[in-house]
Amino acid sequence: MNRFVIPVAVFVVLVVLLGVGLRLDPREVPSPLIGKPAPHFELPRLHETDKTFSERDMLGKVWVLNVWASWCVSCREEHPVLLDLAASGAVPVYGLNYKDQRADGLAWLKGMGDPYKISIFDFDGRVGIDYGVYGVPETYLIDKKGVIRYKRIGPLTPEIVKNTLLPLVRELERA
Amino acid sequence: MPRIAALVLAALVAALLVAQAAAKEAAPAAADPVLEKRVMELAEELRCLVCQNQTLAESNAPLAEDLRNQLRERMREGKSDKEVVDFLVERYGDFVLYRPPLKATTVLLWFGPLLLLAVGFAVLFRRVRRKRAAVSTEVSDADRRRAAELLAGSEPR
Repeated sequence: MNRFVIPVAVFVVLVVLLGVGLRLDPREVPSPLIGKPAPHFELPRLHETDKTFSERDMLGKVWVLNVWASWCVSCREEHPVLLDLAASGAVPVYGLNYKDQRADGLAWLKGMGDPYKISIFDFDGRVGIDYGVYGVPETYLIDKKGVIRYKRIGPLTPEIVKNTLLPLVRELERA
Repeated sequence: MPRIAALVLAALVAALLVAQAAAKEAAPAAADPVLEKRVMELAEELRCLVCQNQTLAESNAPLAEDLRNQLRERMREGKSDKEVVDFLVERYGDFVLYRPPLKATTVLLWFGPLLLLAVGFAVLFRRVRRKRAAVSTEVSDADRRRAAELLAGSEPR
């Protein structure tokens, strides 16, 4: 009897480890940018093409930068959440239109509603690379000093907004 | 009829040859083969983040292409391999490296297999020693008595 205890224990541990491994999302790569200053950009806006927007314009405010594209399927799923977040007025939401066609991006916002105060247009995806974007949508929360405090890879859900994003926004607003 | 078949075949072969020549012409590597080789060698060491089990060199994902362009551009600016890799690590973390650096959080990753091997050897040694000990002590009182009698020269019962 006793001789089976160790092999069975080893087997159980292995099954538990593999089980946990299956549940992990390999797409959730921890971002090295958290706690670091948001990389600098100065990009033309999506709507007013002659104007630019930079992360420096937002110093002193807590804000959300959401990376989106009209070709991105999960963005469609996320869009109502962003509309709700913008409507709540809890935190200003800015958009980074990533590797998109201007006309497609504008049509998307027209058809589905525009949660963004300003959308910027990153046609060749360079700013995306600076922000370590690899799966659209991605969302960054940036504090008053311009430091990235939170990053979400994949669509925001109402739960994430309520339980993670908004508490963090309130905390950063107080700081 | 066979003449037509031969003609068609000849046309096909000709088309194929032309296509191949065109394909060769389209390869961007021709611009600077030395730089291209360096880009690809480095890209072999880096993970594509979109299709995670491919290297940056193998992947056809648009992001991989963009990142290869970034490597190329930075190398053209005269950056060293290390500087180019650091550029990516700054943005995407150690995850882009197929050979993660040795630090506190990766010690288990690097030495885990060795640790398992050591545990395996330890278990094996203990088992072997125990077995050997078990064999050597299996001398019963009856055996001892018989041995003593044999040594004393008297016939065993």
